[in-house]
Amino acid sequence: MAKRAAPEVNAGSMADIAFLLLIFFLVTTTIPKDSGISRKLPPIDDTETEPPIIRQKNIFTVLINNRDQLMVEENLMEIKDLRAAAVEFLDNNGDGTCSFCQGKRDPSSSDNPTDKAVISLANERETSYAAYISVQNELVAAYNELRNRRALEIGSQKGFPNMNFLEMQAKLEDVRWGGNKTKLKEVIEQIQVEIPQKLSEVAK
Amino acid sequence: MAKFNKKKDGDLPPVNTAALPDIVFMLLFFFMVATVMRENTLKIANILPLANQVEKLDKKNPISYIYIGKPSDNYTSKFGTEARIQLNDDFADVSEIIPFINQERAALREELIPFLTVSLKVDKKSNMGIVGDVKQELRKANALKINYTTGTGDVSANTE
Repeated sequence: MAKRAAPEVNAGSMADIAFLLLIFFLVTTTIPKDSGISRKLPPIDDTETEPPIIRQKNIFTVLINNRDQLMVEENLMEIKDLRAAAVEFLDNNGDGTCSFCQGKRDPSSSDNPTDKAVISLANERETSYAAYISVQNELVAAYNELRNRRALEIGSQKGFPNMNFLEMQAKLEDVRWGGNKTKLKEVIEQIQVEIPQKLSEVAK
Repeated sequence: MAKFNKKKDGDLPPVNTAALPDIVFMLLFFFMVATVMRENTLKIANILPLANQVEKLDKKNPISYIYIGKPSDNYTSKFGTEARIQLNDDFADVSEIIPFINQERAALREELIPFLTVSLKVDKKSNMGIVGDVKQELRKANALKINYTTGTGDVSANTE
């Protein structure tokens, strides 16, 4: 007797099974979108050393009250004006030691952004989180604005022309970028030292 | 003769669907690879505020999540409408944060412990009071790297 060939398996419903799985994964997929504002909390300090005295003119006080209103240096301010005000404060260069600043050199405002100017942020318990994040965002934006400007200046000297600070940071993370990363890291660190994010939060 | 009837010319041949499973499998594999299963079921409202000066949260470093927000509708009768903290799958008290961080650390390889980042996923309608309490607890637990996780967009949308 001739051997009978094994009957072919009907694969017609394979598509249905695949669809079933597909729909399951479609429904359970959450594309992760985690990004945000990174901060470092100050460690708890038990030692009883006196905190260094900071002169009033070097502190930029921002207060958000329980109705989400903004008080900046004793004046009421809209959130849209905060970035420009913070940049003006940081960029002031009151003592003339900051070579890259373009500020007004107002003697009643901050001395220099490198180790003098501090932004102090205070909020109340009833302040909404949305308002707090908006303010944090604007203050980070002010720092980034100055850092970007500085990056364009020294970047062109160090061989990274037309790159702002954020692009530099992105390039440093980018594995496909072929440039000199050690040199780029030096530039980034130099900018971070020159314009540190000095943001102090006051607990109420 | 009937046996050799030619097909009428106007008839369209049926579309060949043999490649359909292949296409579906291709999509399937894409979604399987892109899927990240939600590690926590949220019991709270969690609409994040927007910001545009954001940094990507580096997946290379370990991340712990703390959720804060109003209990969602199913839980309001039991837990009220004040913003609450959620750790893992359940509501938690402020005092449970330090044990939570220690537990997260215990699950990590030793060399990764200093890189533990705490991602605060806070509903935009919450008050700063509870966030401040959580931050204070994190300081006590010495978990100092935090990230206010936000969506990406213009801040003006936050106040609506």
